[in-house]
Amino acid sequence: MAAHRCGLSLVFILIFSNLAHPSCCDTLEKSNGNTGEKQSISDAPREVNIDGSVAREDLNERQWQSTDVEVDRSDGTKDSESFTPAAAKDQFQEELVIRPLHSGDIYASFQFRTLWDIDFLQEGQKVSHYRLFPKSLGQVLSKFSVRELHISFTQGFWRTMQWGQPFIPSPPGAELWVWFHDTVSDVDGNWKELTNVLSGIFCASLNFIDLTNTVQPSASFKPLGLGNVTDHRFLRYATLPREIVCTENLTPWKKLLPCGSKAGLAVLMKSEKLFHSSFHSQAVHIRPVCQDEKCTSKAWELRQTLNVVFDLYTSGQSKKEWSLFKMFSRTLTEACPLATSSKIFVDITDNPEGELFDLSPATPLLSQAVVLGDRRTYSVYDLTKVETFGQLRSLNLLLRWKGDSGDMLRPLLHAERYVAGFGLQTGEIHTVIYNNHPYRAFPVLLMDSVPWYLQLYIHTLTVTSKSRDNKPSYIHYQPAKDRHRPHLLEMLIQLPPHSMTEVTVQFERALLKWTEYTPDPNHGFYVGSCVVSALVPSMVAMNTNFTLDQPLFSSFVPVKEESSYFVRVYTEPLLVNLPTPDFSMPYNVICLTCTVVAVGYGSFYNLLTRTFQVDEPSLPLAKRLANLIRRIRGVPLLT
Amino acid sequence: MGLLSDPNRRKALTNLLTRLNTPICMVCYLAAIVWFMGLAFEPFTLRTYMSENAMGSTMVEERFSAGERALSTAKEFDAHKRKAGGMPVEWLVKSMQARGLEVFTQSFSRKLPFPDENKERYMVHGTNVYGILRAPRAPRTEALVITAPCSPGNSNNQAVGLLLALAQYFRNQVYWAKDIIFLVNEHDLIGMQAWLEGYHHTNITGMDYSPLQGRAGSIQAALSLELSSDVITSLDLILEGLNGQLPNLDLANLFYAFCQKLGVLCTIQGKLQRNDWDSAEGYTHAAQTMMLMVLKQACGRSWGDHGLFLRYHIEAASIRGINSFRHYKMDATTIGRLLEGMVRKLNNLLERLHQSYFFYLLPSLSRFVSIGYYMPAFGLLAVILLLRYPFHSWALDLWVHLGTPALEAVDGVGEAEQPSSPGVLTVLTPVVISHLTGVALYLLPVHLQEMAVEHFPVSETEAVVLTAIAIYTAGLALPHNTQRLLSGEGTEQGWKVLKLTALLYLAVLLGCTALINFSLGFILAVTLVPITASITPNMPKALSALAMVLLSPAFTILYCVFIYQELVEVPVGFSEGWMLFLSVISQGILDHALYGSLVYPLLALFIYPCWLMFWNILFWN
Repeated sequence: MAAHRCGLSLVFILIFSNLAHPSCCDTLEKSNGNTGEKQSISDAPREVNIDGSVAREDLNERQWQSTDVEVDRSDGTKDSESFTPAAAKDQFQEELVIRPLHSGDIYASFQFRTLWDIDFLQEGQKVSHYRLFPKSLGQVLSKFSVRELHISFTQGFWRTMQWGQPFIPSPPGAELWVWFHDTVSDVDGNWKELTNVLSGIFCASLNFIDLTNTVQPSASFKPLGLGNVTDHRFLRYATLPREIVCTENLTPWKKLLPCGSKAGLAVLMKSEKLFHSSFHSQAVHIRPVCQDEKCTSKAWELRQTLNVVFDLYTSGQSKKEWSLFKMFSRTLTEACPLATSSKIFVDITDNPEGELFDLSPATPLLSQAVVLGDRRTYSVYDLTKVETFGQLRSLNLLLRWKGDSGDMLRPLLHAERYVAGFGLQTGEIHTVIYNNHPYRAFPVLLMDSVPWYLQLYIHTLTVTSKSRDNKPSYIHYQPAKDRHRPHLLEMLIQLPPHSMTEVTVQFERALLKWTEYTPDPNHGFYVGSCVVSALVPSMVAMNTNFTLDQPLFSSFVPVKEESSYFVRVYTEPLLVNLPTPDFSMPYNVICLTCTVVAVGYGSFYNLLTRTFQVDEPSLPLAKRLANLIRRIRGVPLLT
Repeated sequence: MGLLSDPNRRKALTNLLTRLNTPICMVCYLAAIVWFMGLAFEPFTLRTYMSENAMGSTMVEERFSAGERALSTAKEFDAHKRKAGGMPVEWLVKSMQARGLEVFTQSFSRKLPFPDENKERYMVHGTNVYGILRAPRAPRTEALVITAPCSPGNSNNQAVGLLLALAQYFRNQVYWAKDIIFLVNEHDLIGMQAWLEGYHHTNITGMDYSPLQGRAGSIQAALSLELSSDVITSLDLILEGLNGQLPNLDLANLFYAFCQKLGVLCTIQGKLQRNDWDSAEGYTHAAQTMMLMVLKQACGRSWGDHGLFLRYHIEAASIRGINSFRHYKMDATTIGRLLEGMVRKLNNLLERLHQSYFFYLLPSLSRFVSIGYYMPAFGLLAVILLLRYPFHSWALDLWVHLGTPALEAVDGVGEAEQPSSPGVLTVLTPVVISHLTGVALYLLPVHLQEMAVEHFPVSETEAVVLTAIAIYTAGLALPHNTQRLLSGEGTEQGWKVLKLTALLYLAVLLGCTALINFSLGFILAVTLVPITASITPNMPKALSALAMVLLSPAFTILYCVFIYQELVEVPVGFSEGWMLFLSVISQGILDHALYGSLVYPLLALFIYPCWLMFWNILFWN
């Protein structure tokens, strides 16, 4: 009880600290005659601006290799920059990637990264001085001994067939997965408190995460940061497919940024524009990383990402034109003063000759990277440089479409899911996974967490590819317990090349107790997305005609690092109707009438089929009294 | 209850019921008919109202203005349709893609059990084309469907044109919360059935179809559009679906509300609403509208493409544009606005449509009769069967307790003192034989068509229908002869037991039917109840046989055909009526095979055998 109260008060404290936090940034910008400490804060990054870039490049490189993305920047454009390493204990980077999509839509992906060379979880070390790293999160990490935390809020569904793969995938609704430190004894207790605290921090309904929608995947979610603990007892994973993301979630998310939304790339985040889009996803990823190359000590990395897709059609105008101002109703005038690096990347891979779109202003900086198995070329705009902003002192990127929007894509890995059948008794969940690679088979790890009120008939589980039975090489199934635990199904399936694999399982819809229905029971109940994780063979490795002028000796054996890349694909959530009593007045009337009719008919029928005889006239009173006494005495009665 | 537990009073009541049994039954029957006809009288009905909150208070503003473009698209579609000699699949895919939809196709093929002479088709191959408008920031869990059938010839081009224009307009809007599927289906209901089965991955009718590639979650509502002229005078709303299922009344209310708002003339059953309910003409008009609905619902077929959605618990209705000689015309823009308004309201739904009624009759679009009002009419008919049932149940009682002297008090039914109890075989034989005849009626027509075509100079369709009629007629001769052969002369007890069984059986059958499809149950009850309740072997044979045949299920269908033609103001002569009757039978069998309509199996496997049992009673001796 005391712990519970403590947790609650913590929520409040955190909320307040959270509210108070960005005000520090405000004063930072406005005041100039302030205390020495603040002066030093504003001084430090300027120093880094001048000389920190290459060290950052190294960090980037290492970072991206350890996640799903591989970077190869062999460009000579940054030769002019100096090589002095950064001295700051924590640093902040911001980045915006703009990718014109195949369908004519435009994808904007923000990433903000705060790196702090300190270890919260070390024994006896109490961290109380926070600079760039948000205190609200830091305290949460140390209190609940969190090793790694990933939380995402998504409104909309990523359309893989039209948009290709996202940089950071996320399922519709909210997703939270946390690795706890292996010293934690009561993981479930920590998890429960943590979700409540996070619910306060992000103004989201994460407090609806409880044991009935939490699972411990055995293989699908491995730690992305340092540490080799893979005992899934310390992992908790939950999704809330119904969570609706809106400005109230965006505001606390923005407040975690060192500059808030006052300067830098974050000024672009006007909620009325961000939520006028086809897809919106914001996320926070916290994990331990290496401090330096020798990896003697840990650093904490906070990565805040925001992904938006703007729709070409609903923009209303017939002119196919994108600009920063049109997308965000703001232009950029400066980088965040606290950031060591602040850049905009525009993907121009499909546009080498400028036949698809015009990009202005032009930039001399180019960068190449292998992202998601594909070699991409980017125009780079460095916001820390004055010349980027031109004479108008503001940067407004302009993209003018020339070509038509294309057909649908065939991404190498693609998955979708639906409920088959009709009626309210049974149904069948179909998960269809496509491998569109022309000649390579590859394994995928499928994870499915289904709420208990869909009672899965696991004996009906079938996996078929190319109309043949496909036996999974690994199956981990944890059956549900009514009102306590969801189903968890994990399978490792080999996808044959150029095939469609269908996973089906039948279920029965449970009849809930009447208090367990939501206030809108006829809307249906959500089943979270199915997660498909895979190492997909890379497009670069597929490329056999070497048009790029590579030396022959380097291109015979495909490079190992580039041969495959990690992808996580989320399917759409399901909306399933359960048998719902009609909670309305006519239903009650019918129930009542039926009861009355049943009772009436029963007795009526009884009377009709029974025969009655006229009884003997009743005994006189004296005899009845005598019989009463005789009954008590146990003597035969008088007649 | 006390009344019944007192033997003396019970005896009095029994006597009363026995004595007045026939008058009471007749009064009940008349009351049922009067009650039913009274349902169309306006003061007895309720005004329709929108129950769903999400659709009620927020009136949307319609801005669709691309009516002209819709008509030019329709012309283009027509040209491509002519060129392709059917569905212009490629053109549709291209034009949907150009409007920013995700486009998919589905091909299907179906071999009909026998050729459909009305629509001239036997081997059906076709392709459905559908485009999905993905709602921004929605996770693909809910969808709405707008369909337009691609019909042969000149018809329905404008519907497809309007569909595409709406798609283009909707694509540019930001307020969608549900995905919208625009479907153009070939071969009307067959294509629709293929698409729905593909979408839900079921196969209930043995259709061959290619699996669907794109889906959009659970479908919340569907609208089907039929439009064959550039301008229209009125819009007709069609609600009756497969097996007499109706969509939620709120869908009809929504249509009516927008017709009122935009000043569009709207009809139901092709009949305009009249305001003079107190005049005889006004009442007759309302009664005709309601009777049409009852007849359409009773026949259990889908009267538009929407009808097949209802099986999947998707509320759906068809909207048909009618161009008559009225002066006041409306253009495609107005119809587009009406659809825009309806779809936007449906888009606002938070739950499935469930607030309003699912069981209703409509004497006009603004008035409805709910289940609570029309059920008493059927109840009164059912009471007759129940009254006859206890009346005989005492006989049964008597027979069971034969020899108990106390029972002589109940002398309501006199002649039951036979010492030997009739074997269960006496009852079982006619029951089994009647049902075997029913099974033959259900199975043989379709399976014997090849043999029939070989031996007689008829087409397959005629063969099926004529075989059905032949078996039906043969059944009249079969049961009682066989019964006599098996157990000799029927006993007095035997027919009583049989009649009890048959009455109970009929009551249960009709009751269940009326719960699912009131109209069918009521029509069957009106024709079957009087003769079945009164039939005994002691009646004059020829007369009662004639009466029984005239009130048999087949003749009921024939009467319905004539009444229907009368009501839609296309009266027919006897020979035309007979041809229609034959085509109705073939359509009924086809509907069962193609879409799973249950009326034909119900009539063949249950109602007809039940009727045969009574026929058997008539010829007991």
